[in-house]
Amino acid sequence: MVLEIRNIRKSFGALEVLKGVDLRVEQGDVAAILGPSGSGKTTLLRCINFLEAADSGTMTFDGETFSLDRMPRKDIARLRKRTAFVFQDYNLFRNKTALQNVSEGLVIARKMPRNQALDISRRALEKVGMAGREDHYPHQLSGGQQQRVAIARAIAAGPEIIFFDEPTSALDPELTGEVLAVMRQLAEEGMTMLVVTHEMSFARTVSNKVIFMENGVVVETSSSGAFFRDPQEERSRAFLRTVRAAEMG
Amino acid sequence: MINEHLAAILADSFWKILLPGLTVTIPLTVIAFSLAMVIAVTAALIQFARVKILRHLCRFYIWVFRGTPLLVQLFVVFYGMPRIGIVIEPFPAAVIVFSINEGAYCAEIIRAALESVPPGQLEAGYCVGMSYLQTMRRIILPQAMRTAFPSLSNSLIAMVKDTSLAANITVVEMFRAAELINARVYEPLALYIEVGLIYLMFSTVLTKLQSMGEKRLNVYTNREE
Ligand SMILES: Nc1ncnc2c1ncn2[C@@H]1O[C@H](COP(=O)(O)OP(=O)(O)O)[C@@H](O)[C@H]1O
Ligand SMILES: [Mg+2]
Repeated sequence: MVLEIRNIRKSFGALEVLKGVDLRVEQGDVAAILGPSGSGKTTLLRCINFLEAADSGTMTFDGETFSLDRMPRKDIARLRKRTAFVFQDYNLFRNKTALQNVSEGLVIARKMPRNQALDISRRALEKVGMAGREDHYPHQLSGGQQQRVAIARAIAAGPEIIFFDEPTSALDPELTGEVLAVMRQLAEEGMTMLVVTHEMSFARTVSNKVIFMENGVVVETSSSGAFFRDPQEERSRAFLRTVRAAEMG
Repeated sequence: MINEHLAAILADSFWKILLPGLTVTIPLTVIAFSLAMVIAVTAALIQFARVKILRHLCRFYIWVFRGTPLLVQLFVVFYGMPRIGIVIEPFPAAVIVFSINEGAYCAEIIRAALESVPPGQLEAGYCVGMSYLQTMRRIILPQAMRTAFPSLSNSLIAMVKDTSLAANITVVEMFRAAELINARVYEPLALYIEVGLIYLMFSTVLTKLQSMGEKRLNVYTNREE
């Protein structure tokens, strides 16, 4: 599986948010999208999963190429069943228990027999360390627990790639670790992931690829080792300097 | 003050008023409110999904039925329609008017509740592969109905009382029954208070049911949200 985006553009009114972005994610990649706030990272992920309609650009997914500005609804539905999305603010279904959050898509969208769906869902919850909380509603769970349920929901259907939009940004600092640990485990198992993140340690140690964005363009794409050791662009260096200064406190 | 004669009238009339309450007021309320819910959910979903043309039709319907008195609507349907050859019996006429009128109010309640569901819920539905309709049915509408529940309950309680207006189109419900008894025995103060108390009894039961219903629904919604 290869996901390739070419020349994606998106404006909100007069504000051009994506100014021709390219990216490529290969099977087994953990690609981190870094960049200052407002640079268009969320918009990029949302366009890739059709939560926003891009103005132009193409996507190649597993050998098939699509025009992002005129996607037939059927293709959108088909592609979404092969991907998964983890939101910054979890977006668990508030009227469903943890278990139902995971099984809902399997039963309703994929028409999987209920018992099989529940088996898979229990295993997914177990994997993210949420065994025993199956019957809790989202409001009865901490942010970190909710996000882990959201990850269970994402992996349950066996996606070929998972998109993460700042999965730990809404969490209190002491809760980010449990979510990052789950993501690290997925990475080790070979899951293909495209992750917008502000967690430099995650980008440095878990991801193999860094895509640095600023002002709606990709400034630099490198292996993560190279990006942190020897960034090629002045703007990447400036970004890393501010990040490091912030980390020093 | 309350002599034996009056006490006998009240005791005798209590059942004569309660009976049409059970056989007319309650069925009228239950049938009309159920139909109102169907209309309201449909009209709310059409507006929420911004369905072309139909959506304007819904706005027009809500505008007309919220903007004119219920009593006038009853009169138009029952006394007016025969002029164009449409003759409807009193009870069905009342059912029609109450359900359409109530549907207009409840449509607004449900539409507002739908709009209060965070957009992320629909997006999450999409991202697990569900369609718009699947997500509406399984995720958005149930949450909206929970939000709307207290307001809808209030509408139901208001409707029980409003059914007394059907007396004006010759439906013998509780209030009309009290009027008829009063025409014979002329004890307006006692009889109208009595019928009022029976309405109060009905409303109290519904209020009780409402709070029980809210407790059940709270299972998945904490109040702080
Ligand atoms: N739905 C929207 N309507 C208008 N402007 C938007 C919308 N979504 C994002 N933007 C704007 O697009 C820019 C990029 O936003 P975003 O993609 O969220 O950036 P990032 O995720 O990198 O912080 C910001 O200036 C933001 O205000
Ligand atoms: Mg963002």
